[in-house]
Amino acid sequence: METQTTTGLEKAKAVEKWRTHLFPAGLAILILLNILIFMEHLGFSIVSRYYKGILILAFINIILAVSLNLINGITGLFSIGHAGFMAVGAYVSALLSLNMGRWEFVSPQVQAVIQFPLVLLAGGLAAALAGLVIGIPTLRLRGDYLAIATLGFGEIIRVVALNLNITRGARGIASIPNYTSLWWAQLFAVVTVVIIWNIVHSNHGRAMVAIREDEIAAEAMGINTTYYKVLSFTIGAFFAGVAGGLLAHHLTFISPKAFDVLKSIEILLMVVLGGLGSITGSVIAAIVLTALPEVLRFLQAYRMVIYAGTLVVLMIFRPQGLFGRAEVDLTVFKSFFRSRTGEEVTSRPEKRGGNGGSA
Amino acid sequence: MALLKVEDISISFGGLRAVSGFNLELKPGELVGLIGPNGAGKTTVFNILTGFYQPQEGRVIFDGKDITGLGCHKINRLGIGRTFQNIRLFNELTVLDNVKIAYQYAGRYSWRHTIFRTGSYRRSEKEIADWALSRLEIFNLDGKAGEIAKNLPYGEQRRLEIARALAGRPKLLLLDEPAAGMNPQETMELLELIKWLRKEFSLTIFLIEHDMSLVMKLCERILVLDYGMTIAEGSPEEIRNNPRVIEAYLGEEVS
Repeated sequence: METQTTTGLEKAKAVEKWRTHLFPAGLAILILLNILIFMEHLGFSIVSRYYKGILILAFINIILAVSLNLINGITGLFSIGHAGFMAVGAYVSALLSLNMGRWEFVSPQVQAVIQFPLVLLAGGLAAALAGLVIGIPTLRLRGDYLAIATLGFGEIIRVVALNLNITRGARGIASIPNYTSLWWAQLFAVVTVVIIWNIVHSNHGRAMVAIREDEIAAEAMGINTTYYKVLSFTIGAFFAGVAGGLLAHHLTFISPKAFDVLKSIEILLMVVLGGLGSITGSVIAAIVLTALPEVLRFLQAYRMVIYAGTLVVLMIFRPQGLFGRAEVDLTVFKSFFRSRTGEEVTSRPEKRGGNGGSA
Repeated sequence: MALLKVEDISISFGGLRAVSGFNLELKPGELVGLIGPNGAGKTTVFNILTGFYQPQEGRVIFDGKDITGLGCHKINRLGIGRTFQNIRLFNELTVLDNVKIAYQYAGRYSWRHTIFRTGSYRRSEKEIADWALSRLEIFNLDGKAGEIAKNLPYGEQRRLEIARALAGRPKLLLLDEPAAGMNPQETMELLELIKWLRKEFSLTIFLIEHDMSLVMKLCERILVLDYGMTIAEGSPEEIRNNPRVIEAYLGEEVS
């Protein structure tokens, strides 16, 4: 943020210290990951199929968690129907991919590169439309009531998919082209995080946060609360749809079972664990919760017990989530290098409250 | 021409007639007080003026426009700012962010600029931050810009709420018990602040207050509400000696 004050400085410094260690660690992992992905793309097979699959899932989960965080954490609308939007995106994009046919004028690889983002976008738009249609009537509700309404909606979509001819019911849709590569997954995850981050840190984001804090005061400040609630819901739904499309083209098979309440809860878990309102928190929680069941595989049958236990312990000791509402952002990056170079901190007079704290 | 003209507004909740036949005319620059015993319908009047409630009868005309039935964010944009009886700050946000939120209208960038963080996004954001800070300076809160709003002392929370309401560029400011919970010294400071604000921003102010000493010193005209009806209107002096007002506050004299 733009200002620093001397108050609460001690606490801020302690947090900062902790973060300065966390940030380079995260950065190192990210760079390493990108090198791996790049090598992979050049044709070196470094990462096994198994790890590649986990990474792709992690990227998809990042999209899901961050988009749900926009709805739940930033705007404060308790929605548990995210899997429903995902399903809309998955089915629409999968069906489009299967029915596009072969374009004669380009090679199959080129066709995939052109077709895939378009198909994902279509899936996202379909999900956004669903979000708009659901959002307008249900967003009058608050808290628990909204949660139940969105839960019901998620189930409706699943049951519709189960009964329609075009979705092939419980048999699901098979042999979807396997377009989702690590590259695509990472690209869409990064784009999602950047777009949502920028929205949150703008006027629009402030309006959404105001609604979370106090809807009546927000109205009195000239914020069109209905507009922003529906908007946040629609944007969240759009990205859930994109993630659904990525998942469909990764697993190459989708059925209504994959988009039940449990899937919604799983996404919600990532958001709550990372911290409602913290985008970076959601990203990290999505990675951790995707990796955890795999890491714990050696425990065999006890795996899910430990997984659940970890969550319980975390919620007891950090009920606000790993990051609360804090973000690990570029100011941390700056302050990290500034504290390394030493005197630069003091050479900047306008920073009166020590190194750059972020909100 | 009157800035605000309220014609015969009435509202009932179930069987309770909370406000009945309320009339009001505010000239630009006036400072008018609304008093009355608890439950007289004062805050209900405010809620109707700001669009939180729709009146069942009557009209509200603001700045030549009929605003009856408009949504409250629209009414706010037209120039009516308000504070709340039980402070409604964005509690978990910083003092600065509280004021920044009120600068919604000032964001001069579109969605494209938001998503790509273009130059006009950054300029506009900087402008908003500067404005918000200067607003805080007026209220002597700039030193606490980074603090979480709910951690401020009570008097400062009240001031912050006024600062936030002013950020919306109101022509008419509605203050709902601004001195509630303040000690005598803070009340006196508030008195000076309100007088100064009115001059500085050429505001019209309409306020509800229970602190009689503040109302009598501050307001040029006072309305007294009881059981949803205006029982008296006049200068502080007239109100002080009005038998109906004394009756409403103290009860009928035993004969």
